[in-house]
Amino acid sequence: MSETSWPPAGCALVTGGSRGIGAAIARRLAADGWPVAVNYRAGAEAAERVVAEIEAAGGRAVALAGDVSDPAAADALFEAAETHFGVPVLALVNNAGISRDNLSPSLTDDEWQAVIDTNLTAAFRFTRRALKGMMRARTGRIVNISSVVGLRANPGQSNYAAAKAGLIQFTRTAAVEVARRGVTINAVAPGWIDTDMTADVNRELLDAVPAKRAGTPEEVAACVGFLVSAQAGYVTGAVLTVDGGLSA
Amino acid sequence: MSVSKEQVQERVVEALASFGPDADTITPSATFEELDIDSLDLVELAQIVEDEYGVVLKGEDMKELKTVGDAVELITARAA
Repeated sequence: MSETSWPPAGCALVTGGSRGIGAAIARRLAADGWPVAVNYRAGAEAAERVVAEIEAAGGRAVALAGDVSDPAAADALFEAAETHFGVPVLALVNNAGISRDNLSPSLTDDEWQAVIDTNLTAAFRFTRRALKGMMRARTGRIVNISSVVGLRANPGQSNYAAAKAGLIQFTRTAAVEVARRGVTINAVAPGWIDTDMTADVNRELLDAVPAKRAGTPEEVAACVGFLVSAQAGYVTGAVLTVDGGLSA
Repeated sequence: MSVSKEQVQERVVEALASFGPDADTITPSATFEELDIDSLDLVELAQIVEDEYGVVLKGEDMKELKTVGDAVELITARAA
């Protein structure tokens, strides 16, 4: 199947796009020609800055508030994005994520559930919502931001690991289900990336990274950009690690 | 919303044809199995029906459907 015109007549939605990896992904997709809906939960100012940067670079973007763990969020955000840009969402990046680190013996139900709700259940709901339009359009790209922790143990993150590992297998299964509709679903598994989320983590852990450095949000965004591109049309159900060799 | 059986039939044939089979093979007595229409196709048909007629077809509804005519009858009845 040839992808003669890319991006197609659609827009992109990036959840958790106000900062860190999500902001870099939003900037990247905008640079690649996608109108981008930048979802945020609390960082309105940061999201507006991302939108301003995209617009200053000649792109199109809109900031959309919404907590992805709210069961109504997917419908609300898709409608808002599609109304704003006047085209369906044909690229979805499930990036929004939280961590509530604790060792398993003392991990609370709330810490478990909050991470599962935001990092796994929300990605399922947004994917289900996205597939309605993508299957009809016979094209679409979904990228789920997993984690190296979904592949490799990291003490103190059993809830995060369970959600991110679940996200990988959800990605593979859904990808196979819809492959013949021209829709691809892939996962990107970042390792140690310099963001607010890793700011408080012990830097000595970087010694375990073969590349001996942290990655940048832009290095993750470049991989997402590829998976969303026309050239990646035959890549589906894949997990692309971006971790300096940590999971190798 | 009230729609005629003929309108539903026309839309269902159009939708099913977009999944692969030739439109002239999609007769009321044709089974989904004969037409090589599988579960993913039926999910998409259900979405089209929901969007256009406001008729929600659940998984158990779809499992009962064997022929094109079954689908047209069910959608027409629900849309009435």
